[in-house]
Amino acid sequence: MAETKEKEPLFSSKNKKLLSEPMVRNNPITVQVLGICSALAITVKLEPSLVMAISVIAIMGTANLIISLMRSLIPPRIRIIVMLTVIASLVVLVDEILAAFLYDVSKQLSVFVGLIITNCIIMGRLEAFASSNKPWPSFLDGIGNAAGYGWILIIVGFFRELFGSGEIFGYPVFEKIGLYQTGYVDNGLMILPPAALFIVGIIIWVHRSRHPELIDIS
Amino acid sequence: MKALRDFLDKIKPNFEKGGRFEKLHSVFDGFETFLFVPNTVTKKGSHIRDAIDMKRTMATVVLAMIPALLFGIWNVGYQHFEAAGSNPEFWTIVGYGLIKVLPIVVVSYVTGLAIEFFFAQIRGHEINEGFLVTGMLIPLVLPPTIPLWMVALATAFAVIIGKEVFGGTGMNILNPALTARAFLFFAYPAFMSGDRVWIAEKADTFSGATPLANAANGELAANPDFFDMFFGFIPGSIGETSTALIIVGAIILLFTGVGSWRIMLSAVAGGLIMGLLFNLWGANEFMTIPAHHQLVMGGFAFGVVFMATDPVSGSQTNKGKYIYGFLIGFLAILIRVFNPAYPEGIMLAILFMNVMAPLIDYYIIQANIKHRAKRAKLKTT
Repeated sequence: MAETKEKEPLFSSKNKKLLSEPMVRNNPITVQVLGICSALAITVKLEPSLVMAISVIAIMGTANLIISLMRSLIPPRIRIIVMLTVIASLVVLVDEILAAFLYDVSKQLSVFVGLIITNCIIMGRLEAFASSNKPWPSFLDGIGNAAGYGWILIIVGFFRELFGSGEIFGYPVFEKIGLYQTGYVDNGLMILPPAALFIVGIIIWVHRSRHPELIDIS
Repeated sequence: MKALRDFLDKIKPNFEKGGRFEKLHSVFDGFETFLFVPNTVTKKGSHIRDAIDMKRTMATVVLAMIPALLFGIWNVGYQHFEAAGSNPEFWTIVGYGLIKVLPIVVVSYVTGLAIEFFFAQIRGHEINEGFLVTGMLIPLVLPPTIPLWMVALATAFAVIIGKEVFGGTGMNILNPALTARAFLFFAYPAFMSGDRVWIAEKADTFSGATPLANAANGELAANPDFFDMFFGFIPGSIGETSTALIIVGAIILLFTGVGSWRIMLSAVAGGLIMGLLFNLWGANEFMTIPAHHQLVMGGFAFGVVFMATDPVSGSQTNKGKYIYGFLIGFLAILIRVFNPAYPEGIMLAILFMNVMAPLIDYYIIQANIKHRAKRAKLKTT
């Protein structure tokens, strides 16, 4: 981090904003509508959603940091390829770690860990922020955006697992409280990918009604 | 009637701006216009004098569904006692049917109207009558054994996600009643398909398969003959079995001009043509079913008459209606035959064409604009 010459405190209000802005006001999923593909694919259960969220946070923070450090070295013409190489190396790293320590989850996530490479949020932040900002703000920006993506993923995963399988983290909640004896049945739609779209849609609905300035009338 | 009017006039100021129950204005307005023709008139712009407004339209559609509903109530009882092997008198059958069907109708209306009223209040809308039809359509397309909480959940889903999200009555892309059915179909397949759900409390030894299920399983021999299916003495969703009484409903809709004959005609044509094409092909047993049998099996007739003609989610242009209707019929039979997992093709066909309807209209209008522009150019040169 040789380049941070400013005397700005580490968590100045500007830097804090980098973290907090993508959580709500400029959330990658609900406002920019990016990264929807993985939000549909891996949110059937809470555990993979959580692991995915953590993986993306790790990859995005590091990728933003690395690209920001190299930003004056990368020739503009091949910058996309360089970014892809960085992301891909990090993704392979995460994939191997998951396979080594969380084998079951790694199985469930299957190809979608690899597909983090194509997650548009990462590419977008590298291109829009990290390639023209200092390392520390870039790192925060990466963490902030990935966390904004992650918490939506976890909410979607929570509702899909709860209503689709009646479980939370694989623990059979509905069975324990005896809901099935009353005639309740798990909702099969929640296991299908469209359910994630419905839930993300509802989150966007709630979000927009709390932040009316985000409603764009076209 | 005079007394009722006077009473309404007396309590009206309470519901106006500044009144005690200002918040409940839309509720009052809904009841008042339901009871009396509103006395407000258009003040500017075009004046079209027409006896029909949305309430009359919706009331007509509900009226047209009554024959199918009454038969459905009887048939639920009939199928139950038939499966049990007994043959009681008429009123016992109807009584049994009422016990099974009425709760579904009540739950559908109560849930839907409660949500509708709620949204009207918080958004300051007037209460719309669109739900009068939806609330009746939902029970008619469900099997009689459906648990009531599922009806409530599906109705809530249809009204909120299918309609209110898009801005309420008149703004929805999909037919709300079919949205409810599709929701249940994908969420609780065990309660919406198979051969256990169509007959209330049936004995396990009795096969309760619908004609469509028989056809999909290649057990055509088990199917009743054409007239049994036409008059509706078959297991199925509550309102869909009797093609004859659905035709009565269709006549009411056509006579009053509420339903579009273009859509109905072209949908039937589409279904027949696809059926005939399959007859020519004849690769499996399902394809060899005579085309006119396809029209009386399952929900085809019900969907074409009551769902496809929905003026909100269907095509708006006259040419578009032909295309829209034809493709509904065509796709319904296609899905039915090609995908045994979804024997009820008409539901998916109508939902799919609902989505496509604005596109069809767009191209019809563009073609018309081009056509006219060309004519204008020819004249000037």
